Amino acid sequence: MEETAGIYFFSYSGALGLILLGVFAMVTSRHIIRIILGLMLLEAGVNLFLIIIGYRANAIAPIIVEGQNAAMVDPIPQALVLTAIVIGVAVQALALALVIKTYKAYGTLDTKELAQRIAEESGTHVIDGIPTEEKQV
Amino acid sequence: MLFWIALISVVVMLSAAVAVLLLENYLAATAALSVVSLALSVLFIVLQAPDVALTEAAVGAGVSSVILAITLRRVGLWKIEGEK
Amino acid sequence: MTLLSGLIFTIGLGLLLIVVIKSLIFEQVLTGGIGSIILEQAPNDVGTANIVSSVLLAYRGLDTLGELTVLFVAATAVGLVLGQPRPDAPRDPDAGFILRSAADLLFPFMIILGAYIILHGHLTPGGGFQGGAILAAAFFIPILASPSSPLNHKVSSLVEGLAGSAFILIGLLALFDKGYFLAPLLGTGEVGELFSAGSLPLLYLAVGLKVGAELAGLLARLHETEV
Repeated sequence: MEETAGIYFFSYSGALGLILLGVFAMVTSRHIIRIILGLMLLEAGVNLFLIIIGYRANAIAPIIVEGQNAAMVDPIPQALVLTAIVIGVAVQALALALVIKTYKAYGTLDTKELAQRIAEESGTHVIDGIPTEEKQV
Repeated sequence: MLFWIALISVVVMLSAAVAVLLLENYLAATAALSVVSLALSVLFIVLQAPDVALTEAAVGAGVSSVILAITLRRVGLWKIEGEK
Repeated sequence: MTLLSGLIFTIGLGLLLIVVIKSLIFEQVLTGGIGSIILEQAPNDVGTANIVSSVLLAYRGLDTLGELTVLFVAATAVGLVLGQPRPDAPRDPDAGFILRSAADLLFPFMIILGAYIILHGHLTPGGGFQGGAILAAAFFIPILASPSSPLNHKVSSLVEGLAGSAFILIGLLALFDKGYFLAPLLGTGEVGELFSAGSLPLLYLAVGLKVGAELAGLLARLHETEV
């Protein structure tokens, strides 16, 4: 029982750490690639969290082997995470394709510089890092 | 036994995740992200999810790192040395 | 300033998540008891040894179809955003001798490994998604080694389209035969045999080919983009 508690504790702290590091990277970074890296860390953390929810102590993987009657872990979160990982890669590829296109158009990937360029191009002001049409107060 | 495997993989995973945030070189950060995925797939084995572990190793550590590396090459961030 | 506010936000989120985890009762069944019902009935209903694949393709087969649609839309959008390269666009030079010969050597083994993982998806860990990723890698490594011989996008889209239609076709056949979309066909067979689980290996083959063609096309599309 001691071992199970340890596995639960470490896995939950791992999931928590990945989620928080990912969110921190997404909130504080200025470079677009770093933001996407943060998004992927966040995604990995959420997947781990879902898998731990299905875990049972002293249970085996949900694969039937002859002559074995032990309890099995919950298969539903595993099927969910399986699809989530593949979709995550598709989303990441789409985001990176947009990054390549942005770099071709503006020559930079820093969000502050990008906001400046876009503001200059469209004749607007940058307020809180976002190009807006309103006058700066 | 499983206890120690879980402990080691979580420590490796979190330190690699911190490295993803701190490394200046984006190619190195991509490699660190691959390490995160591999440690995560070991942890999935401990949590009795071999299907998910295989997917994470093939898709998360393989395909996704390759996509990131190609993008870095296309946007001119492919640098082996640690210059900014 | 951004660092400080980001830190405060992250700490707050962390406290919230700790409270959520604290309130979870370990060992509690959070999927409404469906998991244990599926564990009991899957061998008789579908006949797979690997229960995760029976959830993916039989019980929640419609979700997998939706997921394939998401993948298809993402791959199409990447193609749309990046566009076709000009035929006279400069290409990367070929890689060195070691990488080129290693790519030629690896290709058949990776195809075999991918096919094995796809076809044994109903017995052992693995299946269409993992095997498809390995197939995509098998087709992408030669492109990486010699960029002058690009992937034929027409063939990859043809394979992708055929695999996707095969998945839907099997589902429609089940709809007319059994009354449910993607219901298991062809009987269950003996659990643990290679030819068991009815139409599920065929579905996994379709998923594997579709995922493989899509990921290979996606990687090649990103690789071909001009610098």
